[in-house]
Amino acid sequence: MILVLPIILPLLFMVVLIFTRRWLFFQQAFSLLASIVLTFVSALILADVYQNGIMAVQPGSWEAPFGITLVADTFSALMMTTTSFVAIIVMIFSPGFIDKERQTAGYYPLVFGLLMGVNGALITGDLFNLYVWYEVMLTSSFVLIALGGSAEQLRGSIKYVTINFIASIFFVSAIGILYGQTGTLNMADLAAKMRTWEGGSYINSALMLFFIAFSVKSALVPFFFWLPASYHTPPIAITALFAGTLTKVGVYTMFRFYSLFVVFDQQFWQIFILTLAGLTMFIGVLMAASQFDIRKILSFHIISQVGYMVMGLGIFTVSGIAGAIYFTIHNMLSKTNTFLAGGLVYQRSGSYDLKYLGGLYKASPFLALLFFIPAMSLAGIPPLPGFFGKFFLIKGGFEAQQYFITAVAILTGLFTLFSMVKIWNEAYWKKEPEDVKVKNGKVHPSTFVATALLALAVILLGVFAGPVMEISMNAGEQIVNPEMYINAVLGR
Amino acid sequence: MESIILQIAARHMRPLLVVLSLIVLYRGHNEPGGGFIGGLMFGAAYILYAMAFGVEKTQKSLFFNPINLTALGLLVALLSGIPALLLGNSFMTGEWYTFFAQTAFELKLGTPLIFDVGVYFAVAGMLMLVMFSIMEE
Repeated sequence: MILVLPIILPLLFMVVLIFTRRWLFFQQAFSLLASIVLTFVSALILADVYQNGIMAVQPGSWEAPFGITLVADTFSALMMTTTSFVAIIVMIFSPGFIDKERQTAGYYPLVFGLLMGVNGALITGDLFNLYVWYEVMLTSSFVLIALGGSAEQLRGSIKYVTINFIASIFFVSAIGILYGQTGTLNMADLAAKMRTWEGGSYINSALMLFFIAFSVKSALVPFFFWLPASYHTPPIAITALFAGTLTKVGVYTMFRFYSLFVVFDQQFWQIFILTLAGLTMFIGVLMAASQFDIRKILSFHIISQVGYMVMGLGIFTVSGIAGAIYFTIHNMLSKTNTFLAGGLVYQRSGSYDLKYLGGLYKASPFLALLFFIPAMSLAGIPPLPGFFGKFFLIKGGFEAQQYFITAVAILTGLFTLFSMVKIWNEAYWKKEPEDVKVKNGKVHPSTFVATALLALAVILLGVFAGPVMEISMNAGEQIVNPEMYINAVLGR
Repeated sequence: MESIILQIAARHMRPLLVVLSLIVLYRGHNEPGGGFIGGLMFGAAYILYAMAFGVEKTQKSLFFNPINLTALGLLVALLSGIPALLLGNSFMTGEWYTFFAQTAFELKLGTPLIFDVGVYFAVAGMLMLVMFSIMEE
């Protein structure tokens, strides 16, 4: 029964936070505590699933193909734990960064609404229910982007919500096609039926619609334009939370669907996904290298790194998937961390634009270090987790003899390093620009502590790459062998 | 907009719609109706009132804030899952009780009704919240 907690706890917290929305201090303390509780619960589920295999419950006592099943395997439990951990960090960061108006206007309840949507999407075993959780996620994130209502934010949020709504239309039409053909919405039941299905033409068109929907949600080429157009508009704490959670849920769902539903024409899907992954990686990083706003550079990087994760999916061997899962976890932490470090730069110097920044290394070496750690992790410098993530992925690629995509991945790594060094050079190393006066602001202690804690977590993820990789291997086996999932749900 | 016809209509329609929404809520489990549609009717009653008398006056006549009503609804819907846990069933299992069994007043009540009440509150609160903020512009 512990499996219902990741959904009902955020709902409960959200209700409490709505009732107490004017008490600023209570909101801050309660959200921090609540996200710690949530992380603890998710970690318990992870431990249970890792030891005892896939866990499934039937809320409402309706048996598997008829009711809505909740399923947790190692991948989803790992994602849940990381998401809630990112939430803890953002909850420490926010009081020192987001202005009081936004904080009392419902920021905290919305964050828990978002977490409820994310957790729901991660553990649901029902197609339509998955759609509903995506909508919960979309609604909360839409309001979070627009919260505060500055003109720039509204511009960003309109783009965000329009394209995501269109993706939802694709999503729900695909569900309709599949339901009309097979008469079931339970993902495990559907997967079992597909394995004995004759005449799969409808199934491929439905899968393509799904693929389009999730490539919008996870910002794959060619549907990534909404992300850099909207992510830089809200306060960076919100962007950091999004970077650590939203697109990764899209990637997670893609993994789940590929594992369960791609039964026909696997050859085609593999080439198709690998091509898009390569393009996503490369185009994302090229566009990042041409930007001058820290937030935009980092936003384009999200896209490029989604490409790596999807590359692991395209390889589809245990080691490839495990590498992608490790990479996803690393990315959720490191990416959030770079955004938070960008927030520190903003508090210190009053700008995100590299042209108006400089001399930060001299002014405050500690802040420079806090950016250096996650940035080098993203670039893939050895003792940090980004290196291991890419290493496992590339190793998986070589083992599966996918040489071309592996070469693209290595090349992209170089460009990533280049764009990280660009931020480093411009913001930290070069002298203060002479024609503009760089603000000499103060960094709030809470933002500093949050960023430092997350940097520590990034380092630890690198140090304990072995155990985390073992968990990822376990998750990868479950993804590559969908029978485990199907049997756990249908109780065979 | 001051329209005497609308004002009189709204004054009389509001209690009627509220009572009707409760009926729709109750019969919802086995017949057309339910918490969602009931909540919409409840919200519509107050939106009609707001169209006739203005948002400010309507909000004064409400003794609660719409957003709190929504939160309360979420809470009630959540709590409706708990009795099943106490009885040792899976979360959200429908538990039914029959009052006055075998008599003319047989009344079947259960946790799905509590859930529907939660939906009723949540929908009504959200509808009023959205409409009032649009009408205030």
